[in-house]
Amino acid sequence: MQDVDIKFLENSFKKYYFEHFDQIKVPGRTSEREFGYQKFNSGMTRHIAIKDNKELHLMIIQNIPSDIYCSNAYYTFPNLPMNEKDWKEADLIFDIDAKDLNLSCRENHTVSICNECNEVTKNTSQCSKCNSTKLEKKSLTCKNCINASKTEVSKLSEVLIDDFAITKDNIHVYFSGNEGFHVYVYDSQFQEIGSRERSELTDYISLRGSIPETFGMKKLKQDRASFPDFDEKGWRGRFAKQIFGSKSKRSKIITELLTNGYSSFQKTLDDLSESIGVKIDPNVTMDIHRIFRLPGSINSKSGLTKIQCNDLTKFDPYIEASFLSDDTVEIFANCPIEFKLKNKTFGPYINEIVTVPTFAAVYMICKKLARIA
Amino acid sequence: MLALGQDEIAKYPFLADAGQYLKDQGFSLEQFGSDPDLKQLIEKAYERIRVAADGKIYKSDLDGDHVSNSAALPREVFSFLLAIVLLKLSGMHTLIKRFSLAEARRAEKYLEKDLANISDESKNQLAIRVIDDLFSVQVEKLDNYFVIPVSNYLKHSINFHEREWKLINRHVEDGKVYLSPHETVRLIRKELGTYINSKIINARTPAMIPGFEDSVNKLVSLSKKFVTYTVTTGEYPPCVKHAIEILEKGENLPHSGRFMLATFLLSKGQPVQQIAPLFKNAPDYNERVTLYQLNHLAGTSGSGTHYSCPSCEKLKTQNLCYATSECDNIINPLQFGRKKNNARR
Repeated sequence: MQDVDIKFLENSFKKYYFEHFDQIKVPGRTSEREFGYQKFNSGMTRHIAIKDNKELHLMIIQNIPSDIYCSNAYYTFPNLPMNEKDWKEADLIFDIDAKDLNLSCRENHTVSICNECNEVTKNTSQCSKCNSTKLEKKSLTCKNCINASKTEVSKLSEVLIDDFAITKDNIHVYFSGNEGFHVYVYDSQFQEIGSRERSELTDYISLRGSIPETFGMKKLKQDRASFPDFDEKGWRGRFAKQIFGSKSKRSKIITELLTNGYSSFQKTLDDLSESIGVKIDPNVTMDIHRIFRLPGSINSKSGLTKIQCNDLTKFDPYIEASFLSDDTVEIFANCPIEFKLKNKTFGPYINEIVTVPTFAAVYMICKKLARIA
Repeated sequence: MLALGQDEIAKYPFLADAGQYLKDQGFSLEQFGSDPDLKQLIEKAYERIRVAADGKIYKSDLDGDHVSNSAALPREVFSFLLAIVLLKLSGMHTLIKRFSLAEARRAEKYLEKDLANISDESKNQLAIRVIDDLFSVQVEKLDNYFVIPVSNYLKHSINFHEREWKLINRHVEDGKVYLSPHETVRLIRKELGTYINSKIINARTPAMIPGFEDSVNKLVSLSKKFVTYTVTTGEYPPCVKHAIEILEKGENLPHSGRFMLATFLLSKGQPVQQIAPLFKNAPDYNERVTLYQLNHLAGTSGSGTHYSCPSCEKLKTQNLCYATSECDNIINPLQFGRKKNNARR
């Protein structure tokens, strides 16, 4: 990214932070958490301890970071190197990202930027200009992506509440600022569990690694009565609803399942994981030393803000998470795909100079699809 | 510590304070070496270890969970305590490990019976308390099930590699896991073994006691049976092969896959300079960053932590496992191609 673009992004971010300090608050038990930030075109600075909102705001104004992070873990000494921090516990966090959902719409709104010659093309595996295969993919997330991610968030909440007895108040949902949602779980029985245990939780939530016996299918001595019923709790109940559909079909479908046999049943389970398992990124949940984007801060992949969603169904990130100014700016854009922000449609722009509001300019520059003219 | 009755000490002898028990019964270790009647018990103790070393559970004189003969009770406890003395005197760690595991299996049987005992509530409560006191697992009885909090369950179940122990294959409801008495006890088997093992390891080693020598010598030669030799084929496991293929094709290997490949090769002794070029086809390759990260994993820079290769279980979760029949139930890619030869002599 060229200096003039960085300067522009920094100025836009600075303006946001000045005008919206109310949005950026330190999380609870602040002094036990690790903070970190990144500046444009620079590496990560982490292992920072912060006391209160004042210190946080000072750090932001002094550095104008591109991204700001905070740990979900609580440490005795958050500012020391990792193995001296003395890990105490960590909130449970889930990451749901549209890019992991295998959505068919992605093809239409993903562009490839060649690392060698900077050529921008619609999604491809090879640069049309120099044939390089070193391509960077950028997605301009669409409404369908957001809706599909919301569905996963709802599925996740259902499992957390019904199976793990987590209260609704302790589940906070945030739009990540780019392509998905972060779900935070506070004060649960899982605060103190380690990475391997969290990995097991993710397998449970994504319905991964199940065996036919769990759902009543046995290798020998088959027994119709051991198949799940509709009113059962947990995955057995969800299995019944999904596979049998209605009570009247249960018996007939069990006969089919028994006829098809054990290994076919395993295949059914693997497909079921794909259809009703919750699509979370396991690596995020099992990393107990990670620092996460701080709520209220801007995501430099898009210029949108990570904000809490109080009404998930109605939430529209392209209206509610865009806080940058409407002042216009002239940019050189190469954005072959149309996108919508704050109810306005932009693009497609093919190597042209256009005048757009700051929020749209930032969006495209962050995606490497434009530069200051 | 729990207050235990005589028959409970016989079932769970590792809960007793050994020195105190001998004292209470009015015996000293020396007496067992010299008194002809008591000397049989050393033989019995040796037998208890030999059976354990063979991977079997010592058949006790206790009949069910009530005792047929009041003299059998102390004998049962003595043979356990003497076995520990013999093991300490022999200093054979392989035998201590096998003995602890077998004793854990034995205690497990009693715990299970006590848990399932519906006619005697006190037996039930004792088993629940043993499990809570020793392993901090809060078991609650609910109809015919024993329910424990999911977080509690996970701490123990992650040590199992069988798929049936995965949380997804359990009855989970309201933040709790539902288990049968058998499963409840099975859940703590490893910890029970570890507990007994650490009790033995931490016990004081006495000076050689006259009359104990023969049994100790027999133990030393017994332990020689368990020396194992390992032969490695040197071939890479399918997950590693797959990762290398992806990189060779210039496709993107996720961070977790790169981590696996690097830690695997580092553990196999490959130097950082030799590993780095593998990543040069990656879409986002940067030599400086790659070398920095490899040195970080090797522990030669940064915190000095040496990162180890993730387990098969973790790789499965990360979609990086491409197991074939050749994997042969290994639990870490590093074990691939290793053949264990038991040198039974």
